[in-house]
Amino acid sequence: MKRPTALAVPIPIVPRRRFVQGLAAGGVLLGLSPFVRAAGVRSDGTRTGSAAVLSGTEFNLEIGESIVNFTGNPRIATTVNGSLPAPTLRWREGDTVTIRVRNRLRETTSIHWHGIILPYQMDGVPGISFAGIPPGATFTYRFKVQQSGTYWYHSHSGMQEATGVYGAIIIDPLDSDPIQADREYVVQLSDWTDEDPMRVLAKLKMQGDYYNYSQPTAVDFFRDASQMGLKAALDKRKMWNEMRMSPTDLADLSANVLTYLMNGTTPAGNWTGLFRPGECVRLRFINGAANTFYDVRIPGLQLTVVQADGVNVEPVTVEEFRFGPGETYDVLVQPKDDAYTVFAQAMDRTGCARGTLATRTGLEAPVPALDPVEWLTMADMMGAMGTGGMAGMNHGAMPVAGASTLVHHARTEYGPSIDMRVDTPRTNLDDPGIGLRNNGRRVLTLADLHTVGGPMDPRGAEREIELHLTGNMERYAWSFDGVEYGRSTPIHFGYGERVRVILHNDTMMTHPMHLHGMWSELEAPDGQFQARRHTIPVQPAQRISFLVTADALGRWAWHCHLMLHMDAGMFREVVVA
Amino acid sequence: MKNMNSQLKRFLAATIATVGMMPVLACAQADGGHVDHASMDMSSTDHGAGEAPAQGHDSSMGAMDHGDMQMQGGSAPLDARDPDAYSDGYVRNAGKYALPPSEKLVMSDMHNFGSVNFDRLEYVRAQGEEWAAYEGEAWYGSTYNRAVIKVEGEVASGKLQESKTQLLWRHVVSTFWDTELGMRFDHDRGAPNREWLAFGFKGLAPYWFEVDATAYVGPSGRTALGLKVEYDILLTQKLYLQPSVEVNFYGKNDERRGLGSGLADGTAGLRLKYEVTRQFVPYVGVEWSSKFGQTADYARAAGDAKQETRFVAGLSFRF
Repeated sequence: MKRPTALAVPIPIVPRRRFVQGLAAGGVLLGLSPFVRAAGVRSDGTRTGSAAVLSGTEFNLEIGESIVNFTGNPRIATTVNGSLPAPTLRWREGDTVTIRVRNRLRETTSIHWHGIILPYQMDGVPGISFAGIPPGATFTYRFKVQQSGTYWYHSHSGMQEATGVYGAIIIDPLDSDPIQADREYVVQLSDWTDEDPMRVLAKLKMQGDYYNYSQPTAVDFFRDASQMGLKAALDKRKMWNEMRMSPTDLADLSANVLTYLMNGTTPAGNWTGLFRPGECVRLRFINGAANTFYDVRIPGLQLTVVQADGVNVEPVTVEEFRFGPGETYDVLVQPKDDAYTVFAQAMDRTGCARGTLATRTGLEAPVPALDPVEWLTMADMMGAMGTGGMAGMNHGAMPVAGASTLVHHARTEYGPSIDMRVDTPRTNLDDPGIGLRNNGRRVLTLADLHTVGGPMDPRGAEREIELHLTGNMERYAWSFDGVEYGRSTPIHFGYGERVRVILHNDTMMTHPMHLHGMWSELEAPDGQFQARRHTIPVQPAQRISFLVTADALGRWAWHCHLMLHMDAGMFREVVVA
Repeated sequence: MKNMNSQLKRFLAATIATVGMMPVLACAQADGGHVDHASMDMSSTDHGAGEAPAQGHDSSMGAMDHGDMQMQGGSAPLDARDPDAYSDGYVRNAGKYALPPSEKLVMSDMHNFGSVNFDRLEYVRAQGEEWAAYEGEAWYGSTYNRAVIKVEGEVASGKLQESKTQLLWRHVVSTFWDTELGMRFDHDRGAPNREWLAFGFKGLAPYWFEVDATAYVGPSGRTALGLKVEYDILLTQKLYLQPSVEVNFYGKNDERRGLGSGLADGTAGLRLKYEVTRQFVPYVGVEWSSKFGQTADYARAAGDAKQETRFVAGLSFRF
């Protein structure tokens, strides 16, 4: 087996416009060491690097099949230019880029430019923005780059975004970058399954908790009963049992079916980024996973978050942040010691992606243990009602400028497609979420994000729409308002209007909600502007709101970026006309 | 006629006794998640509060109406939101900017899935006799409508001794409950076959009890009712105990098949299962089975035991 010799390439590197044909043979795909599943067991430091960087204004991408081996079992991945992750594309704000995407698969493919503002025909969602790219065909994307920052791209066809078609986009600002660093790396997190993702979905259709091996057991019950008394142990389980909901339903998939990757590298592979002590290093974190929320930290380093979803935010220093599929965070760190672990544990605590920042290759720092699995709380089930003190409720003092707090369930939320409704949602944004509360670390929350320069549109909301995020875990059905995509009608935004969108989460999972084509300007419950995002995570029993300026004519996709939720129907078409 | 009447009464009594559970289950469906404020006093949610972040928001309770809070089931109030209200008449794959229907996006909510699930494929030993038993189902369809084949039977001395085969349409009616409508075919070695129309409920009751209750109507005024409840007690993530109870009622005597009217038989089982994988689950267990009433009399007359304790070892598997 070929071992890769090239180090992770620091970015920027020498611009390489050429089509990187040799990449597959270069070992990114073949050199991955067998990943030993048992926690804590690591093989010797086989390393793979970040994807190659392509820059300029003309790009040729070829989507095909490649053999990968992340677990000791060779599998077919779908890749761009034979690379997993796909090549990093480096653009410049103001340029018009041309990207020719050739399909060498046996099925339709597509590329969606996640978070990029462009004409809808270039957005790359088959069935909504274009017809897709049939086998053997080439589609030419051409659009003017109107923004800067860290983004990513991925297939929007079938399950290809789970099987390898995802890569980073870096857009350099027209003027000098206000974020100055001595060195930078893309840190793209993803997840891999050796199984056919469609088969994974079929198994979840058989049993919603198929991959959950953190379920309450009789042993747990007796331990609780001996520690807290029988009544308390029964009470702790009462609501869950009555409602037939699992307190450990933290992720649909787990390390039992996923291998967590950092820059296409297994934890054993230990992706490594080099630095010189004292340098300021910019890490462009991209969550390109199909189904995994990651909790990221670098023990020993403060993380100064300077950008969210490609948009600069007022710097905020934390020790840890959670992000879901679709989201990006740019973080500055100033490492001084020899080695640090970049630790990204999956939200359900069954595994982690892991890499290293080091002064030279081969160094490792201790890898933290996974945090224990925490049960979802009453706040996650019932919102403000469950917090006991009713924190976050605004009923008595409804803000003048903020979103309506009056809950309106859709009539379709009373049927079999949903398993719960939240009548008393929490609206506060300062909750890091289950598993991160009171963990002793300073964890980023949405309330910490303040986009530099304020909202893009000074107008207040002219109209308000309320949509509920819904699902039935037992049946593994996901929807908006209890209606899956196949039975839904589009949502109409009037061209040019400034509309407030309320997303109200009637499930016990966090959903990273991604609206294509237009920014989602997150606001606080009192209507104060927070941050401009393209993907907003909505926590269980949470009700958030954001403003959209509907300035992009056409048809757009809007969905949960957990791929299986999206595919199961938590998806809407948006018409701007 | 008199005899018929008493049979009918007994059957009705049995039906009421069993079907009587259905509304309870249905209510449980509707109210299982009902946040019962009497029991959900804030002290019992304090453990949640302890873990929930303190927010420092204004926390006045305002005009919250606790009496109306119901988190599952129920029916939509008159002023419930119209899920199509934001469409302003737009539809998918027609109209401005739309792709033609030939290019429409079809995701897995529109796909059919399928599964084969053999819950029991087991060797049974009781009172010196041994045989093999099987029970399983296969389904194919969407989230809300599925075609189902259920099979159940016993094989001894290399021959199929008895079997029940059902072809059903499974339709989702609520969050946790499905209805099943179709046909059942019974085959007994040395006895006439029987056919039935089947209608039943299948689902998950509060506290995770799996329930399957089906009523049957056959020619010549035959009726039957089957009820099965199963529960998994997780000992570890892979090892679990599965108690189950099954009872069968018949509306009138069927002497040739050894079935009497009323409660005919009941079986309580306890299986210890180990999930090697979710798909491959070997187990051992014990079952207590008893025949009742006229059915017991028939068994006695035929020289069969009225009650027996069975030891089972087998495999559950699915794909």
